[in-house]
Amino acid sequence: MGSVLRSSETDTQFVPVGDPTRRLPGVEGVWVFVIADMTVFAVLFGSFIIGRHQNPGLFEGSRHALNPNFGGVNTLILLTSSWFAALALDAVRKSRFVLAQRLIGGAFLCGLAFMVSKAIEYTEKLNAGISLLTNDFFMYYFTLTGIHLFHVVAGNVVLLVLWFMARSRSFDPQRPVVLECGAIYWHMVDLIWIILFPLLYLVR
Amino acid sequence: MEQVRKPVSIVWAALMLATCASTWLLSKNSVTPEVATMAIMLIAAVKVRLVIRYFMEVRLAPLALRLVCDGWLLAVTALIVTVYLV
Repeated sequence: MGSVLRSSETDTQFVPVGDPTRRLPGVEGVWVFVIADMTVFAVLFGSFIIGRHQNPGLFEGSRHALNPNFGGVNTLILLTSSWFAALALDAVRKSRFVLAQRLIGGAFLCGLAFMVSKAIEYTEKLNAGISLLTNDFFMYYFTLTGIHLFHVVAGNVVLLVLWFMARSRSFDPQRPVVLECGAIYWHMVDLIWIILFPLLYLVR
Repeated sequence: MEQVRKPVSIVWAALMLATCASTWLLSKNSVTPEVATMAIMLIAAVKVRLVIRYFMEVRLAPLALRLVCDGWLLAVTALIVTVYLV
């Protein structure tokens, strides 16, 4: 009887896996989504580097029109946003909902800062007469950063929902699944940019 | 202040420093393009692994997920570096 009770308690807190000392963060579904999304990006990265291989002169020349300061600062912004999300998860697990709400708010503001920076960067390019149609390099630049930006916008909507959930203390400190899933998605947006930024701006 | 001593905070500081090194030091013309590109992509791979393991908490996850994540990172890094070098 005792073992039955213990097993059911475990089931409510952990996703059952082979090794009881390990646990799956979030739920399986979010990992399926995240890995599928990462695979699509892997194909896009491969497509870009093969395009560069076929026309190195054009890609290297066009790369010089990009400002690495934007890319670098955007990386620092997303890393900090991810850090806030990780700290928020830790705070919820300790039932510190006010702190968690502030940290999620910080992650959200970093996401907004990324969007503003990207808007300035795009405007600068368009004003210089550079668009999606300029050449293959800029087709990749606008497409890849555009798809990524869409993920940032979606992530900010998720963070806004999580902020309201933290305010109403809707998370279970024992197992805050929704917050874990949201954080996993947000970290994925961060790690995609960690590769996309050097690939577009720095590889020479 | 307690937030600063957490492992995720140490990882965050390392990620920030690595980003600054890649963006503003290795991109200088004093480093040859091949060396700079290889170093920058390897640093990016290490950064991604830190994000996966510490921020996404995959270091605590079952083996299958750790293998899938490392497999993805290895495939992406190998693809970029190989096509760049040939």
